[in-house]
Amino acid sequence: MSTVIIDNTVDVPGRRAPLVLNHSDFGSVTRDICQVNESPRPPKAWTIAFVIAAAWAGFFGMLIGYLIFTGVGVWGNNNPVMWAFDITNFVFWVGIGHAGTLISAILFLFRQKWRTGINRFAEAMTIFAVICAGTFPGIHIGRVWAAYWLFPIPNQMQMWPQFRSPLLWDVFAVGTYFTVSLVFWYMGMIPDLATLRDRANTKLKAILYGLFSLGWRGSNRHWHRYERAYLLLAALSTPLVLSVHSVVSFDFAVSQVPGWHTTIFPPYFVAGAIFSGFAMVVTLAVPARAIFGLQDFITMRHLENMNKVILLTGCMVGFAYSMEMFIAWYSGSMYEKFAFINRAFGQYWWAYWIMVSCNVITPQIFWFKWVRTSVPIMFAASLLVNVGMWFERFVIIVTSLAQDFLPSSWGYYKPTWVDICMLIGSFGLFCTLFLLFMRYLPVIAMAEVKGVMPQANPHAHHGGQHHEEARLEKEVAHV
Amino acid sequence: MSDARSVQPAASARKPKTYGLIAEFTTPADIYHAAEKVRDAGFKWWDCCTPFPVHGLDKAMGIRPTILPVLVFFGGLTGTTLAILLQVVTNATRIDLPFLFLHGYNFMISGKPFISGAAFVPVTFELTVLLASLSSFGLMLLLNGLPRLYHPLFKSVRFARATDDRFFLVIEARDPKFQQQRTEEFLRSLHPAAIETVEA
Repeated sequence: MSTVIIDNTVDVPGRRAPLVLNHSDFGSVTRDICQVNESPRPPKAWTIAFVIAAAWAGFFGMLIGYLIFTGVGVWGNNNPVMWAFDITNFVFWVGIGHAGTLISAILFLFRQKWRTGINRFAEAMTIFAVICAGTFPGIHIGRVWAAYWLFPIPNQMQMWPQFRSPLLWDVFAVGTYFTVSLVFWYMGMIPDLATLRDRANTKLKAILYGLFSLGWRGSNRHWHRYERAYLLLAALSTPLVLSVHSVVSFDFAVSQVPGWHTTIFPPYFVAGAIFSGFAMVVTLAVPARAIFGLQDFITMRHLENMNKVILLTGCMVGFAYSMEMFIAWYSGSMYEKFAFINRAFGQYWWAYWIMVSCNVITPQIFWFKWVRTSVPIMFAASLLVNVGMWFERFVIIVTSLAQDFLPSSWGYYKPTWVDICMLIGSFGLFCTLFLLFMRYLPVIAMAEVKGVMPQANPHAHHGGQHHEEARLEKEVAHV
Repeated sequence: MSDARSVQPAASARKPKTYGLIAEFTTPADIYHAAEKVRDAGFKWWDCCTPFPVHGLDKAMGIRPTILPVLVFFGGLTGTTLAILLQVVTNATRIDLPFLFLHGYNFMISGKPFISGAAFVPVTFELTVLLASLSSFGLMLLLNGLPRLYHPLFKSVRFARATDDRFFLVIEARDPKFQQQRTEEFLRSLHPAAIETVEA
């Protein structure tokens, strides 16, 4: 692999910046992406990270066992704060997932070709984040053996779920979201799994990749239907992703609790979800591209574009915070007013100000181009945004419940060691799944990346347009 | 590209059953122009196998638009209907369907109407999207004749690069216009990098 560093973040009006660097033929693209899976040993950093992540994931499993055998009392949740870390983690992880669908579906509909470098692992991140998210309400219900009551399954008690409840909408929204994201992710992977099958050097690999690539042979008659199905899935996922976090926000907004009962919640939650999700993509992309040497495919331009999205959604989130405050004052409701003053200056003031400094102030540094293109700074900022977005959900859930209408029913929530270890454990589970994905599945959408290279244009040889473009691209690259 | 050659010229003589002829091209532009000529020559059972969808190749091959979106629409409609029926039957009726263990129940929740239109919207929307998505994936596979464990083309070692960096034109032996010698000559006139006969 070449080590020439080319700056492709320069914007020249009317010219497309190159999305793949240092590769002029399709074969080298295949080779350099497949080496992630085909190198005889994974990089040392991968092994170390995997051991740590898997240990925490295992501990997470043991804690779930402890919780089920002992009861939900091992958590700090108690009257009046019945929802705490568990639901905070749920909303946090569902939100993380949103960036994956945004990149794969919404940017696809907008013909943003830079998505091809990052869409595969952003989608993988979605799947794993939703798995982590689904765990928490699943164990929060207390009697986990009755979890099937959430679904409309005919049963001997002749009992049905109550379809007017936002909590039930959530079951359908998150369930649908997980299924559709999984289908989208898997379908996008089929041609790349076929590539790995055709390059397999052991029988086991050939059989496994062969099974999962479903006999794909790149037939253009297949591609025709495949592309149509992909477009349909993108068009279906776009309203879906907007609906999922809206429905999650209904869990709060439909209730009467001051601080929750707000019409701004659906758009505010969706913006926050995309904000945190993009931060997580940056958090994952920065080490992944360094460890596996994917800088030519996940280029500085990709990272810079993501930082721009973080800046935009960060401003939207900041606007929502101030609008919440304004409406609390403007509503004239003393409970609303109290809830918001209490949020900023009450017993959980520290959580509120962590949230504001991480989510509103931190992304403002991305107004400067040198910051957007500095890898260490963006990595640190993305971590801060993740922290801030976790605290946002904590602030919304815990401060509103701890002090609602009557002072006689007020309380203070403190997490137990199980709460804290489960939060870390969910990161362990997420990282374990993600590291396994990095090593065993095609981590960059090869077929799509090849399709956006200038060499993929079948009309390139007419009128020397191709050479003209290549010449200009070279010029752009060396500015 | 001038070194066009046939790898197994005697294949058909040795073994009567042939799947077809494949011609290898190295660039998207080459397969694009070759596809136009094969289309104009009137072949029916032929295909192009490429590592990524080549822009405009559908047109060059004369592929008609797929019926998939229409079918997906009905998939989505099924989801909508199912969701409305599910919610209305289980939450707003007293219907008894004993063999399905389906017994409706009139839920009286905070004085809301039994059939609460607005409250039934989220689940209806989600099930519509769910069934439409599953049908677009499932029907895409079905119409493509996938999944399959085996295909004659996988016998060719050369063909493994169809998922890497080469572009293959395939003319099947079952095409009425297929004749081993003449088709091979025709393919050679398209200046491929290589030609190969694939056994069935």
